[in-house]
Amino acid sequence: MSVEASSKRDPGAGARAGVQKQIQLPFRVVWAISIKSIRIRLMRSLITASGIFLGIAFFSSVRTVGLFPVGLDAEAIAAANRQKWLAIMALLVCAVGITNAMLMSITERFKEIGTMKCLGALDKFIVMLFFIEASLMGVIASALGWVAGWLVTVGAHLFSGGGKDLTLNFGFRSLGEMVLSVVLGTAITLIAAIPTARNAAKMQAVVALRSEI
Amino acid sequence: MAANEYVVRAKGLTKEYRMGEEVITALNGVDIDIKRGEYISIMGPSGSGKSTLFNAIGGMDRPDTGSVFINDVDMAQLDARELAYLRCHTIGYIFQSYNLIQVMTALENVTLPTVFAGAPSDEGIERAIEMLNIVGLGHRLHNRPSQLSGGQQQRVAIARALVNNPAIILADEPTANLDLKTGEEIIQLLRKLNEDHGVTIISATHDLKMLNVSDRIVWIRDGRIAKIEERADIEINIGEMEGH
Ligand SMILES: Nc1ncnc2c1ncn2[C@@H]1O[C@H](COP(=O)(O)OP(=O)(O)O)[C@@H](O)[C@H]1O
Ligand SMILES: [Mg+2]
Repeated sequence: MSVEASSKRDPGAGARAGVQKQIQLPFRVVWAISIKSIRIRLMRSLITASGIFLGIAFFSSVRTVGLFPVGLDAEAIAAANRQKWLAIMALLVCAVGITNAMLMSITERFKEIGTMKCLGALDKFIVMLFFIEASLMGVIASALGWVAGWLVTVGAHLFSGGGKDLTLNFGFRSLGEMVLSVVLGTAITLIAAIPTARNAAKMQAVVALRSEI
Repeated sequence: MAANEYVVRAKGLTKEYRMGEEVITALNGVDIDIKRGEYISIMGPSGSGKSTLFNAIGGMDRPDTGSVFINDVDMAQLDARELAYLRCHTIGYIFQSYNLIQVMTALENVTLPTVFAGAPSDEGIERAIEMLNIVGLGHRLHNRPSQLSGGQQQRVAIARALVNNPAIILADEPTANLDLKTGEEIIQLLRKLNEDHGVTIISATHDLKMLNVSDRIVWIRDGRIAKIEERADIEINIGEMEGH
């Protein structure tokens, strides 16, 4: 599809010849707009990201405690079970926090979405924009959150006299936990963001414009 | 090119809003043909259906019945990508509350439609600067909307609406948030763009200052067209209006 250079000086010449289809922007253009969008609203992005960060830090901390070797007596097994529940709870809290943060950050941009649709944005562009923003924030905040949770937990463990049990095996398993945290954190972020972004993009432009937030 | 004389034709538009039990008829059978290059004002009191008509013409909302033709193309027949094309290339929108993207500078706001149109970025920026110069904001390219006055923000919005060289500008109460003098300047600017660029201007308003510049005035009341006045009739009636 050609870039409408020909319609430059003749008002509406392109459309008069019959309506063409709007072009889909190449990925790198959408990527550039997303990066800019995150950077420009840095404070807002940080607040959204901190929800992800804290949730995953909590999850990471619980999981890291679970990596410390314990005995095999009944009490230790019970403790390990409690750890599992705690990890699940951590993940739930994390999911609620992230969902809330993503909902807020998309809802407050309804008007912007409506405006962009009036300027010729395709629904797909809007979903892609939020997909990239959410993925980036999910990956970075989860990774940092995992590191923070791990450092705090291992630090506390060392402080309270542990440390001989921090073997190479512990290191490898920690890396595995990191991958798990980043995947889960990013997945939760996307699961929260994509349906909201899709609904926002599908709205009639007038509905999106009417919302005053 | 055998361009049709009419750039917009609307036939039998109706639109109802349901609020629980209550049914509000916002449009009650509106027919209107708008000529290419015309400056047309849709006048009427608040709640008379101006915005609803505007939204139907601009493809921002669908009417319940009736059809809108833009350049002889039935809007109802368009798929999402064709509608987006139309919004990008054929129609420019101006809003009462400017609707600039707050986190973007004036230049970025005006460049955005050229990005959606797929123009190379240097060409888009060049065109955006040209448009900002035309609306008299060449010296405020890198200011955010929050650093601009209402009148300046509306100028940015006008530059943004025009940057892809549309056939039609749809302006919904463009002066409602502005003081008298600034509103007058915006109206003169729209008129000048209408004359210089041949762009058709459709403006919903209850600003009587618009009367002086309009080629035609469509008076709307309770979702119906009450009367349509040509420019020639307008001169005579202005005294009468000011008596209100
Ligand atoms: N989204 C909506 N829901 C319910 N009623 C609406 C909605 N939009 C407009 N209306 C009603 O439709 C009528 C026409 O509104 P509108 O087109 O906005 O008028 P105007 O722009 O002339 O002030 C009014 O009675 C208004 O209250
Ligand atoms: Mg209105």
